[in-house]
Amino acid sequence: MLSISNLHAEIDGKLILKGLTLDVPAGEVHAIMGPNGAGKSTLSYVLTGRQGYEVTEGTATLDGEDLLSLDPSERAARGVFLSFQYPLEIPGVPALTFIRTAMNAQRKARGEAEITAPEFLKLARATAASLKIDFEMLKRALNVGFSGGEKKRMEIFQMAMLSPRFLILDETDSGLDIDALKIVADGVNAMRSPDRAMLVITHYQRLLDYIKPDRVHVLAGGRIAESGGPELAHELEREGYDKYARAA
Amino acid sequence: MAAVKQTVDHVESLEKYKHGFVTDIEQDFAPKGLSTDIVRFISAKKNEPEWMLEYRLDAYERWLAMDEPEWAKVYFPRIDYQDSYYYAAPKEKTGPASLDEVDPDILATYAKLGIPLREQEVLAGVKGAPRYAVDAVFDSVSVVTTFKKELAEAGVIFCSMSEAIREHPELVKKYLSSVVPVSDNYYACLNAAVFSDGSFVYVPPGVRCPMELSTYFRINAENSGQFERTLIIADKGSYVSYLEGCTAPMRDENQLHAAVVELIILDDAEIKYSTVQNWYPGDPETGKGGIYNFVTKRADCRGDRAKVSWTQVETGSAITWKYPSCILRGESSVGEFYSIAITNGRQQADTGTKMIHLGANTRSRIISKGISAGRSSNTYRGLVSAHPKAKGARNFTQCDSLLIGKTCAAHTVPYVEARNSQCVFEHEATTTKLSEDQLFYAMQRGLSQEEAVQLLVNGFVKDVLQELPMEFAVEAQKLVAISLEGSVG
Repeated sequence: MLSISNLHAEIDGKLILKGLTLDVPAGEVHAIMGPNGAGKSTLSYVLTGRQGYEVTEGTATLDGEDLLSLDPSERAARGVFLSFQYPLEIPGVPALTFIRTAMNAQRKARGEAEITAPEFLKLARATAASLKIDFEMLKRALNVGFSGGEKKRMEIFQMAMLSPRFLILDETDSGLDIDALKIVADGVNAMRSPDRAMLVITHYQRLLDYIKPDRVHVLAGGRIAESGGPELAHELEREGYDKYARAA
Repeated sequence: MAAVKQTVDHVESLEKYKHGFVTDIEQDFAPKGLSTDIVRFISAKKNEPEWMLEYRLDAYERWLAMDEPEWAKVYFPRIDYQDSYYYAAPKEKTGPASLDEVDPDILATYAKLGIPLREQEVLAGVKGAPRYAVDAVFDSVSVVTTFKKELAEAGVIFCSMSEAIREHPELVKKYLSSVVPVSDNYYACLNAAVFSDGSFVYVPPGVRCPMELSTYFRINAENSGQFERTLIIADKGSYVSYLEGCTAPMRDENQLHAAVVELIILDDAEIKYSTVQNWYPGDPETGKGGIYNFVTKRADCRGDRAKVSWTQVETGSAITWKYPSCILRGESSVGEFYSIAITNGRQQADTGTKMIHLGANTRSRIISKGISAGRSSNTYRGLVSAHPKAKGARNFTQCDSLLIGKTCAAHTVPYVEARNSQCVFEHEATTTKLSEDQLFYAMQRGLSQEEAVQLLVNGFVKDVLQELPMEFAVEAQKLVAISLEGSVG
């Protein structure tokens, strides 16, 4: 599925990723953990094509197709989805309008027909119910005046609606209380499937109690410093990131 | 982002200004320049009665003694008023012809602009779709007015200003310049001297006008100005919704559009006046050409509980100087102003409103959305005043500015004058930049850069768009998108 090789990337001339190599096969969930400033968010922005993040070396492919030469919207149409650490407020645009516009833009890019209004509403109602989101909330401007937890839930709602193939969750647990965390995790787990893969970026082990990873990687100093099974997350929780910080 | 850039360039070259074509027809011109002879020429061309000629000559004398206003935040070289034509009309017989007599080239022009002039075409539209009547003004004259018969049956007079002067002199004499005095300001005074045509509407007491009325202004001739005059009277307890649209060819020289619009609203009556202004904005790179849109629009809520609502979508013109205002004279009368002003390229806009509270318990509401992109400048200028008798007056003002890019400017200049202690004025203002974060967020969900800008901008202007009549709101939304194409990148 996703294959990253020797990736170097910089912002404003400052090198952040320094030769990162990572493979996430279809059907697997990989966690990326690491100290603050290690480049975790940079990785998510480089994979989604944010302006200002310049790749100076290396490759990233999705099912063999080069991602790095594509525009952000083209990557989205190919199924790359990022759940933002800080979701943006979109004044004046109801959540439903936003998602439907996005969905149809993706469909158009893939040469598919637009979704009809009844189909869309049916899907939205079912998805909202499964995530315990009040349908009325979806008629309000996206994320405007929403609490931190509501915003995160809206990210998962968008993810479920758009049904991407490769999911990146950037610090999805931050700002969530335990009940909200469970709902969000249930939503994410419902999307696990043999033809999807996920990259879960988190600072804390807590989220991984709910979204169980197949592999855990430590990102430090701009590259993968260590990889292991789920037990690595517990080890990090006990011992912290000190030894990696020193190594970097 | 090469692909994005290419798309932007491509779309730009296609859509830059799609109304910029010229219609090649034979036209009658007055000699170039301005003098009492020209004023007489215009009046004679229109077979006007003596009192109208005197009105014009008086205005011309006063205009000579006036100076151009310089307080607006717009910059342009001094206009040579002798270097322009003040009358240009398609060659034809006098008086409004039936549609069959109108020059086919002119009909083709309106067809190209998407303006329905044939009633049967309007009727043949989607079943149940709202119909609207059109007065089509081509340079200095009204070429045709549709649905006149059906409107007449309801008692509504909808005709060109020239016709109103001939056919309804008592109404014109009573109301013309009663809201905007002849020497109100430099451009209004010039208009009074040389105005050519425009629309006249009278809605009798208790009548709800059976359809939307609209006027479509088209400047075609080179080196000519357009000076239209519109007068709308809503008699007691009546209602009318009116819309004007404007376009012009792309030309390298600037053209002056100095219109005057007067609205009179009597007891319990209501006028809803909407404008979609898309004059040629000039070349976005060099700033060459484009229309100078120097317009005076004012409504007088003369009766108790009278209501007026201005809605404007201003996307065109090199320079916009325009302050649709409300005089709230009648007790409990209501004035509203909803505005979207977009500037891109080298455009300059100085626009806003005046809410003048004279009567007790009068209310007003201002929602202004300014969007600046390119190297443009966009100023909101507004006045809210309450006079000593306007006890219980209320105003709410919301002024939002959106900046796209780093080379544009937005200014807000609100004036507030409360001359009694029992009025409540509220003012809210925000200035935001279209953020890279928001754009990226929308693009990550699958929208192209252009689509992302459109979606965010539409969200920003939504409060105003929803005030427009349904069928025009869709048009306006498209226009907003086109005006901002290529503004990010």
